Amino acid sequence: MTTLAPHRRGPGAVPVPGPRRRSIGLLAALVALLVLLVLSVLIGSTTIAPSVVWDALFHPSADIDQFAIRDYRLPRTVLGLVVGAALGVAGALIQALTRNPLADPGILGVHAGASFAVTVAVGLFGVRDIGGYLWFAFAGALIVTLTVLALGSTRQGRSPVVMVLAGVCVTAVLGGAREALQLTDAAAFDAMRSWNAGSIVGRPLELLWPILPFFAIALVLAFTVSGPLDAMALGDEVAVAQGVRLAPTRLLAIIALTLLAGGATAVAGPIGFVGLMVPHVARWIAGPDQRWIFAYSVLLAPILLLASDVLGRVAVHPSEIPVGVVTAFAGAPVLIALVRRKKASGL
Amino acid sequence: MNRVDFGRRVLVLRHGRIAVRVEQRSVVVCAVLTLAIAVLAVVALMTGSYHLGPGQVVAALTGGETGLVHDIVVDWRLPRVAAALLFGAALGVSGAIFQSMLRNPLADPGIIGFTEGSYTGALIVILVVDGTYAQLVGGALAGGMATALGVYLLAYRQGVQGFRLIVVGIGASGMLASLNVWLILKAELEQAMAAAAWGAGSLNGVSWDQVVIGGACIAVLLPASGLLSRPMRQMELGDEAATSQGVRVPPVRLGLVVVGVALTATVTAASGPIVFVSLVAPQIARRLARTAGITLAPAALVGALLCLAADYIAQHVAPTPLPVGIITVILGGGYLGRLLFTEARRRL
Repeated sequence: MTTLAPHRRGPGAVPVPGPRRRSIGLLAALVALLVLLVLSVLIGSTTIAPSVVWDALFHPSADIDQFAIRDYRLPRTVLGLVVGAALGVAGALIQALTRNPLADPGILGVHAGASFAVTVAVGLFGVRDIGGYLWFAFAGALIVTLTVLALGSTRQGRSPVVMVLAGVCVTAVLGGAREALQLTDAAAFDAMRSWNAGSIVGRPLELLWPILPFFAIALVLAFTVSGPLDAMALGDEVAVAQGVRLAPTRLLAIIALTLLAGGATAVAGPIGFVGLMVPHVARWIAGPDQRWIFAYSVLLAPILLLASDVLGRVAVHPSEIPVGVVTAFAGAPVLIALVRRKKASGL
Repeated sequence: MNRVDFGRRVLVLRHGRIAVRVEQRSVVVCAVLTLAIAVLAVVALMTGSYHLGPGQVVAALTGGETGLVHDIVVDWRLPRVAAALLFGAALGVSGAIFQSMLRNPLADPGIIGFTEGSYTGALIVILVVDGTYAQLVGGALAGGMATALGVYLLAYRQGVQGFRLIVVGIGASGMLASLNVWLILKAELEQAMAAAAWGAGSLNGVSWDQVVIGGACIAVLLPASGLLSRPMRQMELGDEAATSQGVRVPPVRLGLVVVGVALTATVTAASGPIVFVSLVAPQIARRLARTAGITLAPAALVGALLCLAADYIAQHVAPTPLPVGIITVILGGGYLGRLLFTEARRRL
């Protein structure tokens, strides 16, 4: 890949926030994230005193409340942090790649591809180990991404709405096939019932370790292609004129997207709409620079996911709402608001 | 259609003051479809773990058989076949109504959230109230209507534009789908398995009771849609053009929405959401009959044929018996993909 000077916009084209505002915003997001991490460990169906939480983390003993913290709330919080960041960056990538403000790995069927592949792995091949079905998730995510990109491209370029419909179509078909597999096997059905809803509960932290290196690679890739993606936002011709090589950029972005969305789905099941909302908020705060959008997405998405998770614990106390349901309820109105805007294609 | 219409062969049936004008090709297509349905229905009645000959089936239907053969055909297999035909026809008409009204082949009740809303209403009745079938129909109807109203209002911005409505519907659909998943998750495993099998759209549990109640609803709704079909065709030309031809647009549109949602909700209550039949049937019908717009009668017949064929595949061809909705979602989704690939890209 040729290295590119970061794309700079002419003065007055778009009001770009200054570096001060961006940095302060990033700091504020970091603080908010830390607060939510603490809240996520503190709040739950049983009330546990903060001192016990402290002891559980730093002076472990066999106390029952400490178990609740260490085996239940801590993994859940860490998962929310990592999965959230992955989903946020995946959303920012797919929106930049498709130049589609309605794009989201969930809406475009990437999650459905990954979860269908995981169901095939668990149901047909008897893979129970995440190191095994992770690869299935990657493959599923990749195939769907390529399919939806192909289906959503019209002769005049890419139409946001056709792409969304292509995603709906892929999601429906794969969802049907997945149900067919699950209905034939009651044990698999029960094991995957909560996974289908998209949840970060009851997953041991060990699930996360095999995925972390892939997420790291994907983040590096995302920041690598951020410059070319900025140029491509102005149109393919402009990007080519600026020396961007389209095919390698797209390829790297798709690989990063596959690793992030596939990995997140393999751990937490399909959690929709996070990738839709977060990049819009990031763009709103930081302006159109992809690097900043990625940086903000890394922080804002876990904030959204952890806040949704905490809300799901508090809302119907003592029962819980899976985080995927909460994010769908928060995110669907965003989709509706986006399409109600005058310029549905404005990104 | 791109062809210039140089006057197609038309049949006019007159009875006193009432005259019906039908295109010859539509009549032929409908006749062929009816024949195909009859053949497939007999095959479906023959097939099962206890195989019967075509003669035995016809004899059982006409009252020539008694005992075991009669029981198998009339009590066990016929409700399912009748349900597939009735529900398929209802779905075909419902899809035709929405596609015509929104002037978009992708405006399917399954895509724009009405089916999902009906399912939510029915799920609440099943899991919370544990209600009877009549309550189930009521719940599905209320859920579908509320969703339709919500989607319509949210998509409204100085009028309703087709694609905006579809994307708003997709959003609503996503929200309701995750609500449904949560409702199933909260249930006991046994109840949840049943609800999930039903959620995929299954004719397994269909008995004569449901066929009769569902059939009664459909028997009211189908003629109503027939009455609305003429103004519906005129409204395809645009609201102004229809108004100038004497169509009172708002009440007709309201009537169409009510009939369309009610048809979907009736089917959903009886069998769960059988998606994409409503999307595919009107499109195939339009291509077969080579009509300019969406027509109801061929759509109903194609819907019935598709539903019956899908149920046959689900029951007898698949390695394990599956809900019919899974077959329709896979086949229909494939068709939708093709449609997106060809039709939508040409228009957009």
